[in-house]
Amino acid sequence: MPKRNDISSVLVIGSGPIVIGQACEFDYSGTQACKALREEGIRVILINSNPATIMTDPEIADATYIEPIESDYIEEIIKREKPDAILPTVGGQVALNAAMDLYRNGILEKHGVELIGSKVESIDKAEDRLLFKDAMDRCGLEMAKGRFVHTYDEGMDLVKEIGFPVIIRPSFTLGGSGGGVAYNMEEFEEKLRHGLTSSPTSQVLIEESILGWKEYELEVMRDTKDNVVIICSIENFDPMGVHTGDSITVAPAQTLTDREYQMMRDASLKIIREIGVETGGSNIQFALQPETGRLIVIEMNPRVSRSSALASKATGFPIAKIAAKLAIGYTLDEITNDITKKTPACFEPTIDYVVTKIPRWDFEKFKGVEDRLTVQMKSVGEVMSFGRTFKESFQKAIRSLEKNRHGFGFDKPLYLEQTEIGDAELEHLKTRLAIRSSTSLFDLCDAMRFGISDEEIYAITRYDRWFIAQCREIVNAAHTIRDEFNDVKSWTAPILKHFKGMGFSDVQLASLCGVSQAEARERRLELLVIPVFKSVDTCAAEFESSTPYHYSTYETENESVISDRKKVIILGGGPNRIGQGIEFDYCCVQGVFALRKMGYEAIMINCNPETVSTDYDTTDKLYFEPLTFEDVMNVIDLEQPEGVVLAFGGQTPLKLANQLEEAGVTILGTSPEGIDLAEDRERFSDVLKGLNIPCPAYGTTTAVEEAVEIANSIGYPVLVRPSYVLGGRAMQICYRDDAIREYMRYALSESPDRPILIDQFLENAYEFDVDAVSDGEKVIVTGIMQHIEEAGIHSGDSSCVLPPYNISNEQIERIRQYTTQLAHALKAIGLVNIQFALKDDKLYVLEVNPRASRTVPFVSKATGVPVAQVATRVMLGEKLADMDVHDMNLHPGRVAIKESVFPFNKFPKSNHFLGPEMRSTGEVMGIDSNFGSAIFKSRISSGNRLPLAGRVFISLSNHDKTQRAVEMAKGYSELGFELWATTGTAEFLNENGIESTTINKHYQSRPSIIDLLKNGEIDLVINTPTGESARYDEFIMGRTAMENKVPFLSTLAAASASIEGVRTRVEGGVSITSMQDYYRTDV
Amino acid sequence: MKQALLALENGTVFTGIAFGDENAEAQGEVVFNTAMTGYQEAMTDPSYKGQILTFTYPHIGNTGVNSFDVESDSIKAEGIIVKEVAKTYSNWRAEKSLSDYLKEEGRIGIEGIDTRELVRVLRSEGAMRGIISASGTAEELVERAKNLPSMAGLNLADVVTTKKAYTFEPVEGDDLLAEAPEVKTRYNVAAFDFGIKRNILRRLHAHGCNVTVYPASTSAEEILATNPDGVFLSNGPGDPEPLEQAQQTIRDLMGKKPIFGICLGHQLIGLACGASSYKLKFGHRGANHPVKNLLTGAIEITSQNHGFAIDLDSMPDELELTHVNLNDNTVSGLRHRTVDMFCVQYHPESSPGTHDSEYLFAQFVEMMAAKKI
Repeated sequence: MPKRNDISSVLVIGSGPIVIGQACEFDYSGTQACKALREEGIRVILINSNPATIMTDPEIADATYIEPIESDYIEEIIKREKPDAILPTVGGQVALNAAMDLYRNGILEKHGVELIGSKVESIDKAEDRLLFKDAMDRCGLEMAKGRFVHTYDEGMDLVKEIGFPVIIRPSFTLGGSGGGVAYNMEEFEEKLRHGLTSSPTSQVLIEESILGWKEYELEVMRDTKDNVVIICSIENFDPMGVHTGDSITVAPAQTLTDREYQMMRDASLKIIREIGVETGGSNIQFALQPETGRLIVIEMNPRVSRSSALASKATGFPIAKIAAKLAIGYTLDEITNDITKKTPACFEPTIDYVVTKIPRWDFEKFKGVEDRLTVQMKSVGEVMSFGRTFKESFQKAIRSLEKNRHGFGFDKPLYLEQTEIGDAELEHLKTRLAIRSSTSLFDLCDAMRFGISDEEIYAITRYDRWFIAQCREIVNAAHTIRDEFNDVKSWTAPILKHFKGMGFSDVQLASLCGVSQAEARERRLELLVIPVFKSVDTCAAEFESSTPYHYSTYETENESVISDRKKVIILGGGPNRIGQGIEFDYCCVQGVFALRKMGYEAIMINCNPETVSTDYDTTDKLYFEPLTFEDVMNVIDLEQPEGVVLAFGGQTPLKLANQLEEAGVTILGTSPEGIDLAEDRERFSDVLKGLNIPCPAYGTTTAVEEAVEIANSIGYPVLVRPSYVLGGRAMQICYRDDAIREYMRYALSESPDRPILIDQFLENAYEFDVDAVSDGEKVIVTGIMQHIEEAGIHSGDSSCVLPPYNISNEQIERIRQYTTQLAHALKAIGLVNIQFALKDDKLYVLEVNPRASRTVPFVSKATGVPVAQVATRVMLGEKLADMDVHDMNLHPGRVAIKESVFPFNKFPKSNHFLGPEMRSTGEVMGIDSNFGSAIFKSRISSGNRLPLAGRVFISLSNHDKTQRAVEMAKGYSELGFELWATTGTAEFLNENGIESTTINKHYQSRPSIIDLLKNGEIDLVINTPTGESARYDEFIMGRTAMENKVPFLSTLAAASASIEGVRTRVEGGVSITSMQDYYRTDV
Repeated sequence: MKQALLALENGTVFTGIAFGDENAEAQGEVVFNTAMTGYQEAMTDPSYKGQILTFTYPHIGNTGVNSFDVESDSIKAEGIIVKEVAKTYSNWRAEKSLSDYLKEEGRIGIEGIDTRELVRVLRSEGAMRGIISASGTAEELVERAKNLPSMAGLNLADVVTTKKAYTFEPVEGDDLLAEAPEVKTRYNVAAFDFGIKRNILRRLHAHGCNVTVYPASTSAEEILATNPDGVFLSNGPGDPEPLEQAQQTIRDLMGKKPIFGICLGHQLIGLACGASSYKLKFGHRGANHPVKNLLTGAIEITSQNHGFAIDLDSMPDELELTHVNLNDNTVSGLRHRTVDMFCVQYHPESSPGTHDSEYLFAQFVEMMAAKKI
């Protein structure tokens, strides 16, 4: 069936901000879908609230709306753009939910718009547990036994049917809290009661336990002619019990016979047909009982997913692109396989390598949260790697994680020093092994090297015996190196090649031989043991392909053909993490775009499967490799580029700057010397002194009492943190001597030799983020953003406004001047980001980063200037004077607000008050002609929909009981809100002539604020924390608000700014403008 | 660990490690299979007689070997080539390791070579004769490889066929993990064994056929004397052209009984009707080949294992092209325009492979049912 001719325009719904469980894989799939549709001459309209995406670049769609993904706004877009159809299957759960809302609100019918990709009935059938179960019954497929219960008696009856062990999961609790496994009646009774109480709807799911079963996923595609193909099978290393997003996964499935695999394939075909996903991709999860082969269906996603992005990258089959083509009527046999260019897309990829994905967690960012993996996903990013064997791919994946580990253990002196442990420690190790955590892999390595048998490991962990055996082979090989080849001179090429083929890094080999990495590397190169690069071609080399998509391995034939073009390598950002996310991938991709326009061959090295940068279609050549010195050098040695760009991928590539420079690699842009000058506190301080630019007073120390002295000489409050860290990790604001002491003791116990920085904390200062580009001569300020929250909240977590809303022209001029001076002083070439604080008309420099910053995409979107592309041209020698770019060319009638999004709902035990430690996972943009509309939009998009009427609850810290707070409360009151407040706050308001109703705090008598929140009687919570750490009652209040989806504002600044949003929305209604229209007015 | 060599007739030599029976030697045409599962089924498939089988998937042996996933009574491939053979296997049905299985059967395997490079050589230069050996020198082995008989013109069906007729009786486990249609009537089918895969027998049986298996040389008269409801022509190794007797038998049976052929059986039907066959450069061996059914427009992902094909241009008018391979547009299925006879080049019984083409067995049964009424 050829393309449908009744569809000439399609609205694509994006996935909004990056959150845990929904990351940049949807930028990848959405971008692919938009490109695929436009190739077919279809007009693409796009909505996504996330400005850090490539898909929201003006070239990707015909009309791009960075607006809240919500019925009101989408309807306005439908009215204006009149799309024929909506594609909701490439924007994750957000897009699917938005589409279902449009359907339920009658908007689809009213405007005659059709859903393509998945129909409403299919989405319902796949997502509604009961409908899905019925569907599986019709397919003759089993699911785990169990159902929802609402009463204790129902639960007791059900458990008799199912038998033990059972899983108890209360519905709608934060982070799935309050659930668990029960092995006996006593445990069950207790957990059932607890579950029923903790669920806001008194609903508990009780299911037979399939913990420890093997877990699989199949990626399935179907077209309108009912052709169905499986793109990839994925096997989880971690058995059932750990969320698949938190599991190590391997493609293809490793431990299935053909009969078992075909049984799963047959089931998948039945399921996709029964659910009725007519066109496009779906993913289906299965559990398999290892002792009997019993197969159970877990769930199905009727859309592209995180796993389909992984499957696309793992096989080279672009699922989202093909899904988009199928959605407009093509069938699989009508589409050509991109990679072979000859064979059709209607086939099942076959691969001749092993792909391993390992998630990355940032538990250390969330104080009080237990590092434990469960059925609720907690990872913030992931890496993927290729190898010709599992061992190679697995060890490469571990070193891709950038958790300072260089393989499956044996990368530190510790592994040589401690080769046995006592019985007590052994028992402790076994206990640890039974609990899945972010470090389980290394526990597994320890278990092996300390002599726990494979069978015992299996009994404890239920990792498949094949995986255990593979890991054991790595450990045995390491011991062989340690015992027999520990002298690098004894290495021969075949022996070394054998170990390299098992994925051992130079660091591991060096560590096992007691030499430096450089010595190990030197010996390896002397023996001419270098990797070859194989191609990812969807067909195991059966057909010719010219895909520029490669991975390294230690075999004989190299397939990466080196062109005679001028080349530049861009190093990517590696796995997403808090502090380094999609923004940096956006910059990398922009860099690639610029290089390609300039006629360079753009080569990308990265290991993050979620990103646009690892789409083989984005770059001229893609190396899917870990971002370590060794792996990067392998590519550089082969490609011999003109230079390497480190400035776009965040800290990841910058960490390699010195090593690469020493190895003689040309680093484009700011030199490592310039980077060091900015990052080394002492040297940077001298630079500022030389330029006579103020900065907060500071001191460094490694001693507790000295710290107290420094703090007193600077004057409280002070900001303390370890030197040289990313994303404000382990930062704290201290107001008193004892707080300093406590912090110092903790910090020194973690890393005794690292100096601690103590900075003057500029309380109540305004903060500014400034982005600029320098070519060594001219410096152009591309954006000055003013934070809404005061100084002290990490810049990655605060909201910021472009243009600045509260600053004089003279102050702006001073910012420009300082920026230019600093760019020159660091000899910066390319991007520069500076953070300023303004207090009492004094402008302080807090930090300079001569590299891509988190705000580059936001500034680019708000202003329409492709900042990273400009920077790339400059890094390659072009001059700003020859380009058509100007300072801050934001149209005056436009306000853009960036707001952060936090994962607190996944970490119920973490406090939700903002501080100097960055904890946000993503961002949204609200943009409009005025501040109010922009902030109203950014609040909705970040998950804090402001009410237009109703009750506002206010609880202020003493510190915040100011004139500003009075204005704020008055503002809500004038808008017709009923004010409720805690005793102290109510008194304060009353003294200032504002009436409010008093309500008890949590620990006072009832009814308390908690009861009101639970009853849905409060529409907005304004609660500013009382001190350095929030009190328990404030914590409970925040958590209850979150559970009941009541918007929560935790700073006075945010509360004040929001008033304008509500007012504008009440008076002005819903307004939308496409980015293309904004930019048109700029010309 | 004993070093082994793989020597090809073009002089290429790969050095690896021997496994299985290290003292054995394998000689034959070196081919590759791209399926990621089903190594045990593939190795025991009689169509691999005379061939050394390379698996493109790098880990082979992960699920060990069990008694049920066999396509014949023994390993039929002369030897196997893998990137890495599993030292430890894991599967609830596994009984022994792949290495032990090879050793018991006196077959050698070679691991630790760049199989992807080998595949690229075979892809560009075509399937080649080769030898796996853990004893000879490279030069000597290359020389011997050059002198091995060519696959073209080779009658291997006579080597693997059953010596005497037998009736297929399923054993416990044959229906494991497989679905069976509802069967009301049973039919008697005479199956010619040119190297028949066990799963063809299992699937025919599951679809209601009582199958009697006959040696390849059985005459039409002998078959007709038993008055079967239908005749089945099996897969098998080697070149179809030298099998002239079988072609004549088909001509004698055409129109008298419904006929269904798979793989070599399909080629024989083509030749019997006057078409010609030719040797493909490196063949189709895998489980992901898309085939379009021209009668319905539907696409099947098929399991394939063949080195020869029917030449489309040589097909006489009475043969109708029903299936085409979408990768290279070669002939994948035929039917006769006037008599009840159809065949496919690929393997609807899969094993290993998808179950997309099961309907062909049902089609055969329907054909017999229509005749019986």
